[in-house]
Amino acid sequence: MEALIALVLMSFLAVIAVAILRLRDGITAVMLSGIYSLVSAGVFVLMDAVDVAFTEAAVGGGISTVLLLATLHRTNRLTRPTHHRAAVPLIVVLITGAALVYGTWDMPHYGDADSPPNQHVGLRYVEESPKTTGIPNVVTSVLSSYRGYDTLGEATVVLTAAVGVLALLGARRRKDAAHDR
Amino acid sequence: MIADQVILRTTARLLTPIIWLFALYVQTHGDYGPGGGFQAGVLFAAGFILYALVNGLGAAEALVPVRVSEAMMPLGVLLYVGVGFAGMLAGGNFLDYGVLADDPKKGQHLGIIVIELGVGITVAGVMIQIFSAFARRSS
Repeated sequence: MEALIALVLMSFLAVIAVAILRLRDGITAVMLSGIYSLVSAGVFVLMDAVDVAFTEAAVGGGISTVLLLATLHRTNRLTRPTHHRAAVPLIVVLITGAALVYGTWDMPHYGDADSPPNQHVGLRYVEESPKTTGIPNVVTSVLSSYRGYDTLGEATVVLTAAVGVLALLGARRRKDAAHDR
Repeated sequence: MIADQVILRTTARLLTPIIWLFALYVQTHGDYGPGGGFQAGVLFAAGFILYALVNGLGAAEALVPVRVSEAMMPLGVLLYVGVGFAGMLAGGNFLDYGVLADDPKKGQHLGIIVIELGVGITVAGVMIQIFSAFARRSS
């Protein structure tokens, strides 16, 4: 049953991706990419990665969609039709895709208990987290306690990114000053 | 004009407080269920954005003033770093939460709640600021 749901969701993803490629209307493409995020969130839930699904639904399905719509509002919503041949890109994509699929054969199977991520430090986190932190959600204890430095780095990256975006889009004060003149 | 549509306006007005309440739940229950600071911050911003989309940016900024969301961005990171230094002052390593309370488990819990709050505050501020910058350019 789970495999069937996964298959249906994955087919949805493929259909949506192809539909986005074929669209000329930016707004429809943005809405479809939001739906793509929502379906991916469903896939993550199926893989028991609820925290990731949560983030994907909120950021990918929500905020990115709104930001992309705001960007479209400033630009042309229709893309120009392209006339160049797609043969070379198609071959490149097929070879890259084949290489990636070939690479997955060496990867451990999904949920494999003997795979490296489930053996070394991951196992220790799962076993020791309740004893040392007393927190039931291991994801939170790994992110905030065991990997506290990384999360601090991520928070700083989010702040830095915002400073960059605000510098590009023009800070509020400069705009106010322009109005006063 | 979207602001003239009574159903949209009423729904947005009803949904925003519910989304914010859910954000608070996600923020405070990150150690028990899925979620945490990042997701809570994004949800909080999503509530703001919904309100701003329907009622206009001005009305939304009456709820969360620009200065507040601007100050939230560095405040969260400072809170996070502050917890790190608090651990050092208490005699442990940087970001060592175990020393923050008498019982290491309680210290861990306390540290995690505060740093998650820091992440949530920064993410909410950043998302609101970025959206507002886009919306201001669009109008």
